[in-house]
Amino acid sequence: MKRTYTLSIASLLLSSAFSFCQGSGVAPEELLKPLKNDWPTYNGDYTGKRYSALTQVNRLTVKNLSLAWFSRMTPGRDAAAPSARGPQGPQVPLIVGGEGPDNINIRAGSIKGSVLAVDGTLYVTMPDNAWAIDARDGHQLWHYFWKTKGGTHIGNRGFGMWNGYLFMETPDDYLVSLDAKTGKERWHKMIANVEEGYFATPAPIVIGNHVLVGMGNDIDSPGFLQSFDPETGELQWKFYTVPMKKGDPGADTWKSIDAARHGGAQTWITGAYDPETKLYIFGTGNPTPAYTTGLRGDLDNLFTCSLIAVNVDTGKMAWYFQTSPHDMHDYDSAQTPVLIDGVFKGKMRKMVATAARNGYYFLVDRVTGEHLVTAKYGETTNWAKGLTPAGGPKRDPDKDATVAGSLASPNSGGTINWEPVTFSPVTKLFYTYEDDSFSILHLTDTDPRGSMGLGGKEEMYVGGTGSYLSALDYRTGVARWRHKFYSYGGLGGGGLLSTAGGLVFTGDAAGNLVAFDAADGKLLWNTRIGNISNAPQTFEMDGHQYVICASGDTLWSFILH
Amino acid sequence: MGNRYSRYMAVSTAWVVAVGAVCYFGGLKTASAAGAQEQRPSSFNSGQVRPAEDPAKVIHGKALYAINCQACHGQDLRGGDMGGPNLLRSQVALTDQHGELIVPIIQGSRMSQGMPNIGLNDEDAGAVAAYIRSVIGTIGSQGTPPGEKDKPKLNIVVGDATRGKEYFAAHCASCHSATGDLKTIATTYPEPMQLQAAWVAGGGRNRSAVRKAPTVDVTVAQGKKISGELVRIDDFLVTLKQSDGTQRTFARKGAMPVVVVHDPMQAHRDMMPRYTDNDIHDVTAYLVTLK
Repeated sequence: MKRTYTLSIASLLLSSAFSFCQGSGVAPEELLKPLKNDWPTYNGDYTGKRYSALTQVNRLTVKNLSLAWFSRMTPGRDAAAPSARGPQGPQVPLIVGGEGPDNINIRAGSIKGSVLAVDGTLYVTMPDNAWAIDARDGHQLWHYFWKTKGGTHIGNRGFGMWNGYLFMETPDDYLVSLDAKTGKERWHKMIANVEEGYFATPAPIVIGNHVLVGMGNDIDSPGFLQSFDPETGELQWKFYTVPMKKGDPGADTWKSIDAARHGGAQTWITGAYDPETKLYIFGTGNPTPAYTTGLRGDLDNLFTCSLIAVNVDTGKMAWYFQTSPHDMHDYDSAQTPVLIDGVFKGKMRKMVATAARNGYYFLVDRVTGEHLVTAKYGETTNWAKGLTPAGGPKRDPDKDATVAGSLASPNSGGTINWEPVTFSPVTKLFYTYEDDSFSILHLTDTDPRGSMGLGGKEEMYVGGTGSYLSALDYRTGVARWRHKFYSYGGLGGGGLLSTAGGLVFTGDAAGNLVAFDAADGKLLWNTRIGNISNAPQTFEMDGHQYVICASGDTLWSFILH
Repeated sequence: MGNRYSRYMAVSTAWVVAVGAVCYFGGLKTASAAGAQEQRPSSFNSGQVRPAEDPAKVIHGKALYAINCQACHGQDLRGGDMGGPNLLRSQVALTDQHGELIVPIIQGSRMSQGMPNIGLNDEDAGAVAAYIRSVIGTIGSQGTPPGEKDKPKLNIVVGDATRGKEYFAAHCASCHSATGDLKTIATTYPEPMQLQAAWVAGGGRNRSAVRKAPTVDVTVAQGKKISGELVRIDDFLVTLKQSDGTQRTFARKGAMPVVVVHDPMQAHRDMMPRYTDNDIHDVTAYLVTLK
């Protein structure tokens, strides 16, 4: 009896040491539900709202929010140094993949993406690296390391998940699928050619039996979105965001097909999905060459700087709306689209809203693509005058780069950049960063054949008037309140989160994680942990609501005590 | 595309590239061309080291390119008057490893698309391919074409100095003087582009430029005012440096303490939305005379 008892304890201990209490992952139908206890996809749910229904942490209780744990990730092959902060745990399994020569070791990295929180486990990424972490204490369950061939290493926005499988993109353009329980690689597929300047930062998004994969590029290559089979990794469809042959839609908005085929429009931020129409809605990047127009002609250069809706099963475009017609400032419009159901001019409508890098806010009917609102939310935005017939901002050619220099706002970083925004259906406010910055843009290449990529200009950053957290009325794009950050030339942090507890969380550009009252912007709580490098997130476990965020290589977790 | 470094708080990413014995998983390959010098990695694909080209082959290829290709494709490979496409952004040229893509085209595989058969043998066409790859290898980050930095400088001083002087007297002279603090500004910033950015921003990154630090007055409850140089401020704390060099930090809660920042730079920020480009060019034309 006794012996059996001891044995069973031992086996219990053993099994608990080797099973990570991870469930079956994320069933595709789970992703159709609004964001609540878990955080199973990049934006929490398909709407892009980043609005959590959790209320335990709220206006009244947030003052008691305090540290549960923090956990530091060391990228690269080297196992993390023994922690001085606690007993040495078991060796973390290291899984190595990749096709690179293994002579490049990145010893520092930053968490600039979203963490998946599923069944008590957190899945975290950096370029070339991924970890599974126990959400109860922050200890690592496995570490996956990818031997890179190169590519721009600037950020990784996180995982997509389909049942028990994880999907991440690498800077050298592979889609990698891992088994969530063990971190073991299932397969990897080349999704673009790194030699053509492609590099991948986005978080894949899983919709039904599709893994949608976006892409980035800073030289003159066409943008595209691809859909892969989650089980086999086979390509299902590939949608080019620029015309690739004569007669393609939008071809007549380019000087030549060659210009279109080198025209950019990258797909580097994860979009939103509307299950009713089966439309996946995402934004596209700037045209290339970005600052010179000789090769592109003077027309709109579709479908750069646009919101695009494609049918998720076929990859065919249903509608588009261009937010920066004929961009000349590197204001790409990949920013997160947010799905909003609400009243507009007295009628219930299904809409999509986005705050673009170019300083303008847009509201569009998400079923038809009909344009509803264009509003300047960046106070100092000065590159456009009035609207085009289609409703986009009408570029002022005087504000293009000139030899003597043109003072343009915002600078190339934009009024907002990659950082996720949030929308609260309770306050009806769309929360965004607003960085009112200026640059003097000098044209350095007067060659009519154009430059390439982002070349041909010199950008002199000269500062700005301020950066803000701005709460826009979604129906007008007009700010109901703005909170000025104590920084000039820099956003608050890595993005935003709103909750049913009446809060908005973000970094503040001065090293604090801050909770604001969502209704009026009042400061309710802060903790000084360093500049927040991703968008705060929240989930519930064991009856506790957790708030998590990252600062550089460290993940922080807070609960009410 | 997005994801530009300028858009991020700087994050130190230490690349340690250990060049040496390259060990491939599965041992399918051995390190190629042991001892060959490796080029600086092309920065649009950071980390990837392009294999070194044979210098003699590149020189030979460059000469052949000038003779056979330049008229259509341009001396800088960016295309030319006769309609040859830009090779710098050609997917063929970008992905060619050892002539396998470029050589057949030189030898007539794309005649239907208007590319003539140049009629070079394998060796000569291979040398041209090596030359093209060597130029592609110099493309800078974010698509800066080769040679961008070596171009002759364009003159950016196009403004009217007389009007600039008037503008300066009307808008700048309350804080600055052409015979005082700015009398040698054109020596401090010999490059007009740098000078222009520096004065608009209110001081540049030039070390000899003295940037006035903001000061702050913190009035604590008893009507007592503590003043000093502002070290840092946010919604929750303010830190100042007193005249004796010591720092003090105050918690900010509600109406007390009253914090008033005096930032000499504020005027520059307030002006930014008001300048026309002509104002800027005129003031620059005036300031370049202050040597």
